[in-house]
Amino acid sequence: MIHLHRRHLLSWCVALAAMPFAHAQSDTVKIGLILPMTGQQASTGRQIEAAVKLWQAQNGTKAGGKTVEVIIKDDAAVPDTTRRLAQELVVNDKVAVLAGFGVTPAAMATAPIATQSKTPMVVMAAATSAITDASPFVVRTSFTLPQATVPIAEWASKHGVKKAVTLVADYGPGFDAEKYFDSQFRLNGGQVLEKLRTPLRSPDFAPVLQKVRDLSPDALFVFLPSGQGAQFMKQFGERGLDKAGVRLIATGDVTDDDQLNDMGDVALGVINSHHYSAAHPSATNKKFVEAFEKANKFRPNFMAVGGYDGMRVIYNALNATKGQGGEALLNAMKGQVFESPRGPVLIDAQTRDIVQDIYIRKVERVNGQLWNVEFDVQKAVKDPGKLK
Amino acid sequence: MLTLLFDGVAYGMLLFILALGLAVTMGLMNFINLAHGAFAMAGGYILIVLMQREGWPFLACLPAAFVLTAAAGALLERTLYRPMYGKPHLDQVLFSIGLTFMAVATVDFLVGSSPQTVQLPAWLRTRFEFGSGHWQLGMGAYRLFIIATCVALAIGLQATLNNTRFGSRLRAAVDDSRVAAGLGIPVNRVFLVTFAVGSGLAGLGGALGADILGLDPTFPLKFMVYFLIVVAVGGTSSITGPLVAALVLGIADVMGKYYVPKLGAFIVYVLMIAILLWRPQGLFSRQGGR
Repeated sequence: MIHLHRRHLLSWCVALAAMPFAHAQSDTVKIGLILPMTGQQASTGRQIEAAVKLWQAQNGTKAGGKTVEVIIKDDAAVPDTTRRLAQELVVNDKVAVLAGFGVTPAAMATAPIATQSKTPMVVMAAATSAITDASPFVVRTSFTLPQATVPIAEWASKHGVKKAVTLVADYGPGFDAEKYFDSQFRLNGGQVLEKLRTPLRSPDFAPVLQKVRDLSPDALFVFLPSGQGAQFMKQFGERGLDKAGVRLIATGDVTDDDQLNDMGDVALGVINSHHYSAAHPSATNKKFVEAFEKANKFRPNFMAVGGYDGMRVIYNALNATKGQGGEALLNAMKGQVFESPRGPVLIDAQTRDIVQDIYIRKVERVNGQLWNVEFDVQKAVKDPGKLK
Repeated sequence: MLTLLFDGVAYGMLLFILALGLAVTMGLMNFINLAHGAFAMAGGYILIVLMQREGWPFLACLPAAFVLTAAAGALLERTLYRPMYGKPHLDQVLFSIGLTFMAVATVDFLVGSSPQTVQLPAWLRTRFEFGSGHWQLGMGAYRLFIIATCVALAIGLQATLNNTRFGSRLRAAVDDSRVAAGLGIPVNRVFLVTFAVGSGLAGLGGALGADILGLDPTFPLKFMVYFLIVVAVGGTSSITGPLVAALVLGIADVMGKYYVPKLGAFIVYVLMIAILLWRPQGLFSRQGGR
């Protein structure tokens, strides 16, 4: 009796295991979307997931004559997990594209897998410049920190800032921001008095802010991962730095659309530079924001637009290759030009990185809500990290 | 300089109030409760929910944070912790760390994982400044408020432990619970109340600290190390020990981040190693204690 049961069970297992494979080969293309859905970076995952769903709701699930199936995996922004999940997705699920990647270490850990398996890897969030160098199969649809930083450095030196202090979070993207602000600002004749770094885990900014106050620069340039921004601006105001004449300039991560509205008046007037604002005044963006807010209860941020455009790049490429994967798919991703909610963008064929406009924005209250209102723009900015 | 000292004291006071409950359970009740930070986090979220969603005034939220976490502490003590008292320390550690992970996941599920910001009332956002130049003293009203609250609590608790009947019962129950029970001291109830108060203090500390330390579901894990350092350095015999330890750590942390930003967060650990090499029992240790 027992033996019989076992044998039955075994055959069932074999049948079940074999089924998805038989199905997968024929008419579906799978995208393995690895995102931080839990943990500190969860808002990134939530935004990108919503954007990907929106794209599929608007554009259907067919591309290149095949059904596109998105498999979402949660890595909680732990690189080891990302790597393992990517491996599983490539080996077991036979995905044609790996996508997502909330933080730089996660993307870096996955790059070798993309290279070995010749799977195109679409980075929708992580923003350290060097990621696209980590594998020839990486394509980026978010932004790079040097790209967002150089325009604000330039803007600052044009608008009366002679002495600045930089304050960045102590990790990869922070170093990028610090380095490129410093070099651009000094190139334009400015002086960086001090380069401060603050640990990722400790959000008490009292000591560093006191240091800034004692140095009394014209402006403080800040990069912090989205999430710490509110905390920072509050303490900036409480310490009286605004009254002491220190201007706050930042990359748009600090005034992230996702949380901007909850930050309150402390955020008002902060000048920052970024590639996407939910308040971007174009018809494409208005439609995007409207549809996004209707489907979800929150505002899209730059992460969402990275996910949305990432899906567009994948769909376009699949259409071009008639559903073929591997290197053909990668080549079809290169050189794409399209109108994104953020404005016109190009996937640079050489660097596989995104070329886009960077806007200088100011936080203002419009119709009772806080928005990043764009007032200046630098056109078609290429990642300065790739210019050497 | 003075401003830095002030910030350091405020930070230290906050650490003290957060770690005090741990010092009490660990030192007095001889129980290692690594889930202590979870109570602090609960206090922080109670503050956020009551103030930001229900519109309670800030000052009403603080006692609420204390009372609700104390109640939760009492409930858990009765149901989960009590059977663990007699178990070896490793079991206690495993049990309480498991509890911490459950708390992290629960909060993540209920409130979401993004960091919360506290909107303080306007009267706590002002700033007083005296003097100028090197000796300028700038005090944020909120940090002043924290210091005042914590000093009051420290004095009150010390008095309770040393001068009241409850305090002597507690000390008796800790020293030898069997004899104490034989003398008619309701040991279980004494422990229950102590545990509840310790948890409540953590909740209060979490509510007070939400603005300065930040608040997200990983809070208990992020700050557990700090609590343990305070208790290890301060010793667990009195309230003075953790108080001094917390102040030293708070000041060292702030000063270190100001003067040697390269070493930054590492200063605290160096200091801990130095102190423990010098006095392995902690700064203030009880003679013949367990």
